[in-house]
Amino acid sequence: MTTAALDLAVAEAETEPAPRPKRIALVASKGTLDQAYPPLILATTAASLGWEAGVYFTFYGLDIIHRKRLPKLKVASLANPSGPIQLPNLLGAIPGATAAATGVMKKWMRDANMPPATEFIEMARGLGVKFFACSTTMGVMGVKEGDLIDGCLIAGAAAFLDFAAEADVQLFI
Amino acid sequence: MTVPIQEVTETLDTSGLLCPLPVYKAGLVLNRLAPGEVLHLVTTDPGALEDIPALARQRGDALLGVDNQGSRQLFWIEKGSPR
Repeated sequence: MTTAALDLAVAEAETEPAPRPKRIALVASKGTLDQAYPPLILATTAASLGWEAGVYFTFYGLDIIHRKRLPKLKVASLANPSGPIQLPNLLGAIPGATAAATGVMKKWMRDANMPPATEFIEMARGLGVKFFACSTTMGVMGVKEGDLIDGCLIAGAAAFLDFAAEADVQLFI
Repeated sequence: MTVPIQEVTETLDTSGLLCPLPVYKAGLVLNRLAPGEVLHLVTTDPGALEDIPALARQRGDALLGVDNQGSRQLFWIEKGSPR
């Protein structure tokens, strides 16, 4: 190594590396009302802590960033023993049962002063949370870019993994 | 009980709000405070006793004091210097 190169290496070693904020990478794979909250809450919280946060919306999770479906996310009583209303499955299958369970969950949220999912989306975006829209899901389910809320990055798995590789926390929801 | 004597720059009352709202709202205030300024935060979410110290630790802000009054918790957080 030349003297100049050595000096440069020493100088670089003595220079403090730029501090990198912590990062969380979340996968939101479910599109029910109850399952929309955890990724949005975690992403919003992480951003509040000063972290970088990104959510990859894939499969049914894509509904969470779907302009028309987001306000209509539902939770079912059928096959959901922990749901907001406890019905035998046979009754959970009747028309109106899912709407009733969804209504109860929305009331729970309202009564607890919890914002609706739509508002959590705005809170997350306001803090700079990155929204990745799974391009394969869009192709498979026929979702167009214009169907999504503004500001989503349409990308495949590699782009998300590129983001997630630098993350300190990665969670699949 | 530790009640700091530092001057409070801003007070935020999150009574009735659950996680993540106290952390979210406190974070918004702390984002615009200058280093050294103090946020006085009021919470009623029992999780806040763990959450607010975590918020301060993760952000690099200083938790000056906590007063757990049972039905509500009071915190004093000093905005840290940018890292």
